[in-house]
Amino acid sequence: MLEDAKMLTFARTALKNLFSRPATVGYPYEPAKFPQRMRGHIEIQTENCIRCGLCMRSCPPGAIRVDKAAGTWTINRFDCIQCGSCAGACPKKCLSLVPGYTEPDYQKKEEVFYLPEKAPAAKPAQTAAKPAETAVSP
Amino acid sequence: MAKRSIIPFGPQHPVLPEPVHLDLVLEDETVVGAIPSIGYIHRGLEKLVEKKDFKQYVYVAERVCGICSCGHGMGYCEAVEQVMEIEVPARARYLRTIWMEMSRVHSHLLWLGLLADAMGFESLFMESWRLREKILDMFDATTGGRIIFSVNCVGGTLKDMDRDMLAGICRAADEIEQEIHPVMETFLRDYSVQSRLKGLGVLKKDDAVLLGAVGPMLRASGEAYDVRMLGYEAYGDLDVEPVTAQDGDCYSRCRVRLYEILQSLRLIRQAAEKIPDGEIAVPVKGNPKGEYFARIEQPRGEAIYYVKGNGTKNLDRFRLRTPTTSNIPPMVELLKGCQLADVPLIILTIDPCISCTER
Amino acid sequence: MTDEKSVIRPVDKAEFLPAVIRLKKDRWRLAQICAVRIENGYEMSYSFCKEYQLVTLRLVTETEEPVPSITQIYPCAFLQENEAAELFGVPIEEVDPDYHHKLYRIDAETPFKEKG
Repeated sequence: MLEDAKMLTFARTALKNLFSRPATVGYPYEPAKFPQRMRGHIEIQTENCIRCGLCMRSCPPGAIRVDKAAGTWTINRFDCIQCGSCAGACPKKCLSLVPGYTEPDYQKKEEVFYLPEKAPAAKPAQTAAKPAETAVSP
Repeated sequence: MAKRSIIPFGPQHPVLPEPVHLDLVLEDETVVGAIPSIGYIHRGLEKLVEKKDFKQYVYVAERVCGICSCGHGMGYCEAVEQVMEIEVPARARYLRTIWMEMSRVHSHLLWLGLLADAMGFESLFMESWRLREKILDMFDATTGGRIIFSVNCVGGTLKDMDRDMLAGICRAADEIEQEIHPVMETFLRDYSVQSRLKGLGVLKKDDAVLLGAVGPMLRASGEAYDVRMLGYEAYGDLDVEPVTAQDGDCYSRCRVRLYEILQSLRLIRQAAEKIPDGEIAVPVKGNPKGEYFARIEQPRGEAIYYVKGNGTKNLDRFRLRTPTTSNIPPMVELLKGCQLADVPLIILTIDPCISCTER
Repeated sequence: MTDEKSVIRPVDKAEFLPAVIRLKKDRWRLAQICAVRIENGYEMSYSFCKEYQLVTLRLVTETEEPVPSITQIYPCAFLQENEAAELFGVPIEEVDPDYHHKLYRIDAETPFKEKG
């Protein structure tokens, strides 16, 4: 029933592997190499954020919270699925997915970023200040 | 008549990467009946479509399962695009095809490793997974993820590949093609492997069709059915030919998957050569209204994505019929009459993916 | 060559089983069974494949109206029929084998039956 069966077909490869360098990286003794595109975690440039809340609405697991009144941008890194949806939705491109994993922790917690006050005056003043702001940022 | 006994098999078993439970009815050592039960990892992801925006749901669809992730995202997008009558740019179609074929290579190499492990052939298992690592590295470089890619979106893809990346993928494909030869030789010609796999769990062609088998399981029984022949995405421009075998035993299923790896590597190179320049996504306006059954060929076989939209941003219904759902009934049939010691191998050769099945 | 819009053929309950038997005689393969909750009922879709064609039989029933099982014709339908019964509460009659809401180990009974 067995057609042209051979014995010890894998012996050569097995011996070669035995005497060659390991195929794995010696992490954590050697640093792990991350490619440039790696989706590790979300970073925010708080100074560019306009508090529009699009990232919050586009986030599939609902890990991001933007509080306009308090001026905070909050992310629960343990809910984040690193999909990059928020980075794509951000109109100011102040969110980016950068290499490096979220560190393990004992409990789920949120990371809060305080957005710098752009225009301490009331809302109408803020819209007036906008053109000047875009001129500065590039 | 010999005394009947019932042996529980799973949900935790060394050969099973995922939980599935079987009640095996035995007469001495021979299995005379098997009742499968699943349900340990049901997450209700199909229901989530009513809560999430149809564009957000791509990310959920991708996370139905780790190994079939690229295909689930793509199949869902394909179904929504058909409902909304969106023309996907040619470059995006090629990119999806390349990622899909890379998924097939990595899924099949993973399965070969598991098969070797089930037979107790540890060095072969390690070698298969070493080769798989090359594909995973290329996924990492091109999409940013090793298993979950998040590159598909309704209307195209989110990421593009530059010339260096395409060259890197072709280089990895060449390396795998060279280094897979000893692995193939061992799976196909080694005495111990052959004596373990040949003539085991034979599924005849007629039974395979009527029991609803799909994918390598169906093709190993001699039925040349491969949904890629429909020509979705860029498959219409590439040379796709269903890989078949005639015997329908475990050996044939292994053989079909091995030759499919070679075929996928060829398709990757062909697509990388033909890929046109241009846009990778078109803007999507409005909400889906209507229904569509999309079929794509996943590494494990044909998967069906049903989408029903009602004109709002939440879909009415998303149904995912995974290949394993279709392959469990023939597997139960194969188990009848086999020996208890062969049960793990027969279960493994359908390449069960329980996360997909339960969603 | 491209995938044409899949054919959906509405059937009523009287002609449903004869239609399935005809498909079986012509060696069509059962591709999928899908239940959709609509107002006051269910929309059952039974898809069949032959070569590369896909035909879907569409059966619309009321919530409490029993649906005949096709496991006598296609034994492989048991998994998907049990799933429809368990998640959506479709009253499918004489599924073989009937798991009696034990297929999925979940707390909620028929979680997909109500919207939202």
